[in-house]
Amino acid sequence: FPKGRSSGLMIRVIRGARTQGEERGVIQRECAAIRAQFRQADNGTRSHNLAKLLYVHMLGYPAHFGQMECVRLIASPRYNEKRVGYLGAMMLLDEKQDASLLITNSIKNDLSHSSQYVQSLALCTLACMGSAEMCRDLAPEIDLMKLIVKTLTFQAALCAVHMVRKVPELGELFTPAARSLLSEKNHGVLHGAVVLITELCERNPDTLEQFRKVVPELVLMMKGLVMSGYSPEHNVAGISDPFLQVRILRLLRILGRNNDTASDAMNDLLAQVATNTDSSKTAGSAVLYETVLTVMDIKSESGLRVLAVNILGRFLLNNDRNIRYISMTSLQKIVQTDHNAVQRHRGTIVDCLKDQDASVKRRALELSLALVSAVNIRSLMKELLLFLSSCPPELRAHTTSGIFNAAERYAPSQRWHIDTILHVLTTAGGDVRDETVPNLIQLITTATELHCYTVHKLYRALITDISVQSLVQVACWCIGEYGDLLLRGECEETEPVQVHALDDVLDALETVLQSHMSSPATRGFALTATMKLSTRITHNVDRIRSIVSIYGSCIDVELQQRAVEYNALFKKYDHMRAAVLERMPVIDKSSPGHTNGESAGGTIKELEPTKLTQEIVFPQEPSNQVSDENDCNKLS
Amino acid sequence: MIKAILIFNNHGKPRLSKFYEHYSEDTEQQIIRETFHLVSKRDENVCNFLEGGMLIGGSENKLIYRHYATLYFVFCVDSSESELGILGLIQVFVETLDKCFENVCELDLIFHVDKVHNILAEMVMGGMVLETNMNEIITQVDAQNKMEKSEAGIAGAPARAVSAVKNMNLPEMPRNINIGDISIKVPNLPSFK
Repeated sequence: FPKGRSSGLMIRVIRGARTQGEERGVIQRECAAIRAQFRQADNGTRSHNLAKLLYVHMLGYPAHFGQMECVRLIASPRYNEKRVGYLGAMMLLDEKQDASLLITNSIKNDLSHSSQYVQSLALCTLACMGSAEMCRDLAPEIDLMKLIVKTLTFQAALCAVHMVRKVPELGELFTPAARSLLSEKNHGVLHGAVVLITELCERNPDTLEQFRKVVPELVLMMKGLVMSGYSPEHNVAGISDPFLQVRILRLLRILGRNNDTASDAMNDLLAQVATNTDSSKTAGSAVLYETVLTVMDIKSESGLRVLAVNILGRFLLNNDRNIRYISMTSLQKIVQTDHNAVQRHRGTIVDCLKDQDASVKRRALELSLALVSAVNIRSLMKELLLFLSSCPPELRAHTTSGIFNAAERYAPSQRWHIDTILHVLTTAGGDVRDETVPNLIQLITTATELHCYTVHKLYRALITDISVQSLVQVACWCIGEYGDLLLRGECEETEPVQVHALDDVLDALETVLQSHMSSPATRGFALTATMKLSTRITHNVDRIRSIVSIYGSCIDVELQQRAVEYNALFKKYDHMRAAVLERMPVIDKSSPGHTNGESAGGTIKELEPTKLTQEIVFPQEPSNQVSDENDCNKLS
Repeated sequence: MIKAILIFNNHGKPRLSKFYEHYSEDTEQQIIRETFHLVSKRDENVCNFLEGGMLIGGSENKLIYRHYATLYFVFCVDSSESELGILGLIQVFVETLDKCFENVCELDLIFHVDKVHNILAEMVMGGMVLETNMNEIITQVDAQNKMEKSEAGIAGAPARAVSAVKNMNLPEMPRNINIGDISIKVPNLPSFK
């Protein structure tokens, strides 16, 4: 079989392998055959053997033994062989290898080959994998002005872009040509010029300064494209050469940034493009979008900026979800700098919370949070809470913390604030940060007129559902602290819960203590709350005493320790019990025991008791007794 | 700049991998796997943009993709490219493949990956968009194919015979006559080289 298998047959054989191991075996055999073919003298089959190797390489198998073959093929006079050789070079050779230098000479020759297709191959390969050294060597061979075939000029310009990326100093070499090419008519050449100039300006601030002078020329070019009639060779969905328009707009953006003169010169044009471009198809939307980005990035007039933001707002209503997504992304970037303009579209943005696309939802959430203000907090929070009840699980944590931050900054009243937090805990209590619990407790203590309201609300929540730990913890704490208000049976702000006796409350707390759903921390809260009730309701503490003594032999060490200490409070230190368990003072947010989310304070369970209780007056006791009391006065 | 163009099927098997930045071969394979992992998780009714995976530059880069039947076409680009423009370009690419292969399917890409590379080379060069007009691209590709055929000489006779048969106007001709793997032995006459 002199040619070796055809590539079609080889591919079929490889695909016939049923396991990974079998495939490896087949590939090894095929590669051995290919290697053997390479070793033979010129037999006219080299190109298709290399093509086979490239297939193998794509699947992820080693193919470096083909590198020298690429070098040989590139040097061949035949177009076929050159083409496969160059393709192989792009896949198998990279700038780190010495073999790539060997093709430099071939590329050099091919850059001035008589056939434009061969020149094109050389340019393409150089642009793809040319190393810095190769670029330095070959840059003088690229003469942008001398190429007659216009498509080649564009390719050469792109090759020049690659060279400038690899060796920035080469920028000087290409700058004059780039400037001259701008006056050509051929769109391909203009493309090349614009892309090259963009690259040169991004690399070198002096060059950028120089090219600011061409802004008027670019403006005219853009005008020509926008206002031109239908031209079949450049038309895409009614827009004349949208890719070129997008590239010109990008260049204008770079030139107008931070420069008043340049920005002024393009103001009218941008307004014209913004108003005249038909965005019913994607091509038009792409141009419009690029215009918006440019307007927002340069020093444009405020009227123009508002126009741009309005375009983004319109995009939000577009049927195409891709357009909705990118407009959200842009709105997010400008919400800080152009806050008022974006606020005008708040309604549409909030509607996007209901979008089917998860990425759009995420963007809408971030934007909505950024748009919260004292003026819109009530209505916006309603939407956010609604969103929370049905939002995708991966967004819940972010939503809850966003809601808390917004509530903290703009709460119109304490009751609203507490209600909002409770709503969040009920809906998504499992997705809130640890410090939510102490933060909420702190908030509750400050809202003194609302203690009755809060404890009734929390009690109602507790008897409904004890699965959400954060909610249960806060509820237990409140019941322990304000249980007397609960049993009083009256409440101004809300329908009071029917609580007949202390026993109902203790039932609720015991349910928490015994439930397998309760975390150790939660049980700690429940136990302490039970204990505190012994001073809130002074008749019939027997049940409390018995609960506490049972937990004295609990397997959980923390719970056991507390129970033992509480037991001691009932027995030996009964005279101090009332003082120890009395109502907590209002917790100051900046007090050392209070955490704001920093790890210094740790989780609720580890709040350093000694620091906080130092604020509570204690009679001076001998050292061993003092430590007992301090331990008993954990925050929970 | 376009960093990479990947085509893979619904199971993650690569059908075309073109990188415009240098990565080691291992990294290239990892990128393909990572990209497949990210893209295959996407629902059908979400937008066509994603942030790039860690290996290919993370959130600086975007993956712009389209799913056609059994194939994913993914372009990994940086922030200098217009997302909508690239989305349009993917469409042009697929339409061009369709024209060149006549109702292109995955098998065409498998057996003619070098042709796909040649078509792509007319559209993207050095990571930058070169030509976006389908007719222009096809004109270039046809011209190159002519060059290839004219050079083939006698060794191309079987191939020419195949294409002649294919182009015959036979009634009820099946779409893909796969005569490619018949080995017609050409006599090794030195004077004909």
